[in-house]
Amino acid sequence: MSLARLLLRELIKGPRTLPAPPPGGGGAEVGAGLAGTGRARLGRSLRIREVDAGSCNGCELEIHAATGPVYDLGRFGIEFVASPRHADILLVTGPVSRNMAQALKRTYDAMPHPKWVVALGDCAIDGGCFAGGDAVLGGVRALLPVDLTIPGCPPPPEALLSGLLTLLDLVSGGPAAPLLPMDGEEPE
Amino acid sequence: MLGNITLMEYLKAGRPVAAHRPWPRFQLDDRGWRDLTGQLAQSDWSLLGLWADGSEVHAAFRDEETAEIAVASLATQDRRFPSLSAARPSAQRLERTIQDLFGLLADGLADSRPWLDHGRWPCRTPMAFTRGEASAGPVAYPFLPVEGQSLHQIPVGPVHAGIIEPGHFRFTCAGETVVRLEERLGYTHKGVEALMAGRTLPEAARLAARVSGDSTVAYSIAFARAAEAAAGTEAPPRAQWMRALMAELERVANHLLDIGAICNDAAFPFMLARCTVLREQVLAANRTYLGHRLMMDRVIPGGVTVDVTREATAVYRGVVKDLRKRVTRLADLYDDLPTLQDRTVGTGVVSASLAHRFGVGGVGGGAASRGGDARKVPGYAPYDDLEFDVPVHPEGDVNARLWVRIEEIHASLGLIEQILDRIPGGPLARPIPTRAGEGMALVEGFRGDILMWLRLSEVGRVVRCHPRDPSWFQWPLLEAAIEGNIVADFPLCNKSFNCSYSGVDL
Ligand code: SF4
Repeated sequence: MSLARLLLRELIKGPRTLPAPPPGGGGAEVGAGLAGTGRARLGRSLRIREVDAGSCNGCELEIHAATGPVYDLGRFGIEFVASPRHADILLVTGPVSRNMAQALKRTYDAMPHPKWVVALGDCAIDGGCFAGGDAVLGGVRALLPVDLTIPGCPPPPEALLSGLLTLLDLVSGGPAAPLLPMDGEEPE
Repeated sequence: MLGNITLMEYLKAGRPVAAHRPWPRFQLDDRGWRDLTGQLAQSDWSLLGLWADGSEVHAAFRDEETAEIAVASLATQDRRFPSLSAARPSAQRLERTIQDLFGLLADGLADSRPWLDHGRWPCRTPMAFTRGEASAGPVAYPFLPVEGQSLHQIPVGPVHAGIIEPGHFRFTCAGETVVRLEERLGYTHKGVEALMAGRTLPEAARLAARVSGDSTVAYSIAFARAAEAAAGTEAPPRAQWMRALMAELERVANHLLDIGAICNDAAFPFMLARCTVLREQVLAANRTYLGHRLMMDRVIPGGVTVDVTREATAVYRGVVKDLRKRVTRLADLYDDLPTLQDRTVGTGVVSASLAHRFGVGGVGGGAASRGGDARKVPGYAPYDDLEFDVPVHPEGDVNARLWVRIEEIHASLGLIEQILDRIPGGPLARPIPTRAGEGMALVEGFRGDILMWLRLSEVGRVVRCHPRDPSWFQWPLLEAAIEGNIVADFPLCNKSFNCSYSGVDL
């Protein structure tokens, strides 16, 4: 099938994006430090720098899924960026291997203020099943202040979505208004 | 004694070790191991794995002529062993790892820079009987020197631009062309092997499932099979078929993502979007019917924890039908776009001889004339009862690796249908008898063959477990593949291999 026909079919079909999950779902927990962070005017847009600090790569798979057309993180104004200097959020996965600790700290230091840290997945929260090993710090908290934790092994994409929406609400002071209609059709 | 001797004939000179299943293990003396290096130079024996265990080293081989598999072991004297890397370059990083973790020194190893040990651990040689003192500070890693006119270096990583695992790449370039790429990995080292020691089977199985999350099913199967072999038991038939079902679903989902990602790196994001949608069909069904999108921890030693209901069978049949149609369409689309193929054809070529030297299987091997597949050789249940082809392409470029993936998806879809049609009834698990023993398993993950070796104590705890990811043998090929290509094609080449970082960093 030609590209033009495939594209046309997609256009006619409409988006395959699932409706947005409610903020606060998926067991996300907000750190104590966050309430006081003077609500920055981010214009409802968040830029994320992701760092794998020794994950098993399962969490990365689900982050990818969250950025894809089905969960479409981008519709909320949330995008991943390459440079930490452009980022508002540091999204960390993995139990923080000692071999990655310095790179993680440097990435954090390179980010401008205000900035927030999200620990994604059981590993990033407390080391998960790698806790207690000599080669890991056992969670992001051992190195950086954590503002939001999203549990799961790995957390499914909508847990990431609702966690980030919670954060977006808190830092910009208002409920998230998605750009696309909330009743996107289910993918077949 | 040189010449056309088979692996088994050679190793029989050693002392057979009892209770190593399903393949034999032989204890060699120092001389036997030293001669092995000579013998390897003229025998077609692939190195399947090389790992340490206390003060012993073990090497697993497959004789490509007879398909025999066996493990050779050496009890080191003065903590030294003769290096195999001159005859098998794939041994190099494995030996550097042994040096770092166990403090056993490989005599004759050409490159003895540390590999996993970056000088950041609280102690050195963390898995040796007596651990070393902590390093004074991070290791200054000397990259291999490159000489020539107007060369410049580009350091990349460990934090990459995208959402991928961390690792360092050091490019040496002449203008746009890469003259040499050197990889430095180890950043995601979590000490998985050390954590496994002393654990119960269920605890260690959870860790095995997280050696490389994208291959969680394949790893869980490998661990379960190794544990079952060590304890002298087998999972019931229905469990073995359920495992194969999940393994093929995992293969399809991963290949879909890789095909999309390769095209995305060649500036065609449409394919990634489409493939992600297709992949989600599989993952959504997994969540509903198997309880987890990636199917983590569904395979356990002794069996599986999930079953397919009639409804699930119908849904998966529908998914297979739909995917077959849509993947064919996307493959036609790819075939139809010369601008896309302009990037993939002839890019990142791996020669068949190099693939052979590294004994690489899976996608990297299949795209370079080497169609090894653990489901066929040595084979394991239920694949001996199922029909499928292993795709082989001779070109060794990005395009070939893409086609191998497309064809493997079709093969897996066929397998899923056969499994759903013919899965036998019966129990889903059987308890593992508590007894000492050693077991090994070879399981085909989506990247290639995973080796799992473990020893159980009398009380059924894991004494030592070693998982060997297929990426150990594919990472070095990437270094070779990128040579002579432009820097801008690196992401494309890298994605076409999609090696695991976590799987080799452990
Ligand atoms: S939380 Fe689970 S999926 Fe995520 S990195 Fe850890 S082990 Fe892997």
